[in-house]
Amino acid sequence: MEIVGQLQKQFVDFSTSLNHEGFLDEQYLQLQKLQDESNPDFVCEVVSLFFDDSEKLLNNLATALQQQVVDFKQVDAHVHQFKGSSSSIGAQRVKNMCVAFRNFCEEKNLDGCLRCLQQLKHEYFLVKNKLETLFRLERQIVEAGGTVPVIG
Amino acid sequence: MAQNCEFSPCLDSNEVHVLAVDDSLVDRKVIERLLRITSCKVTSVDSGRRALQYLGLHEDEGSANYNEIKVDLIITDYCMPGMTGFELLKKIKGSSTFRETPVVIMSSENVVARIDRCLEEGAKEFIVKPVKLSDVERLKSSMFGQARIQGLN
Repeated sequence: MEIVGQLQKQFVDFSTSLNHEGFLDEQYLQLQKLQDESNPDFVCEVVSLFFDDSEKLLNNLATALQQQVVDFKQVDAHVHQFKGSSSSIGAQRVKNMCVAFRNFCEEKNLDGCLRCLQQLKHEYFLVKNKLETLFRLERQIVEAGGTVPVIG
Repeated sequence: MAQNCEFSPCLDSNEVHVLAVDDSLVDRKVIERLLRITSCKVTSVDSGRRALQYLGLHEDEGSANYNEIKVDLIITDYCMPGMTGFELLKKIKGSSTFRETPVVIMSSENVVARIDRCLEEGAKEFIVKPVKLSDVERLKSSMFGQARIQGLN
């Protein structure tokens, strides 16, 4: 069926570009290995948990950085958590931003931290958008009667 | 979350039962799946304190291991609020009931001093996060031998 073929190509091209552009790394492929007929929504479920967790962390970071006296240890703890979860799902650019952010925390550099928070939000919403597009493509392929190509 | 098997043998004696400890919900979901896909039974908790409670080692619960909990492996995150994985490791190794149970530490920080400290304290292995399927497969085969690997394709 032509439409399935087109969608599958779109999916493969998009997945490949996400990897080349550094949005998703090898760990994302690891998660896909864990998905099968018995757990068909595994990746989507983990990523949803990541979205919920991340949005809470971003709010916590904003609050922590708005305090009269900023507790940089607390800020660092949040960033550390964000670094961990983004690493676990393969969100490489988010993870790298967290690494930079932690350096500013260590230096107790408030301006640096505030800038990092903005960049972190930007990277997070970018990858969120891309993942949602990826999942949408998968759904479209399945609805059109096709199977989602396995990458890597 | 925690499952107690008191009198009925709900575990196949060949099945490896792993207690996974991690404060991150995302990581717990991943480690659970990694362990289940390698045919392990998994109980996961979100803190060192809850791990000790499950094992019957928490001070508040006394030292009686009346539940006959069978745990073949404990895998824990290092950085956790409250009790760290290292502190949990010490408590497990200091217990009479679980000191022989292998404990594996997971950490996103690949710090040699940290790794050494954990191994010196009795950790069987130190895995750098993010944990991959090959890490868990290797762990299972090296600790429990080929005979206990069921259902791997």
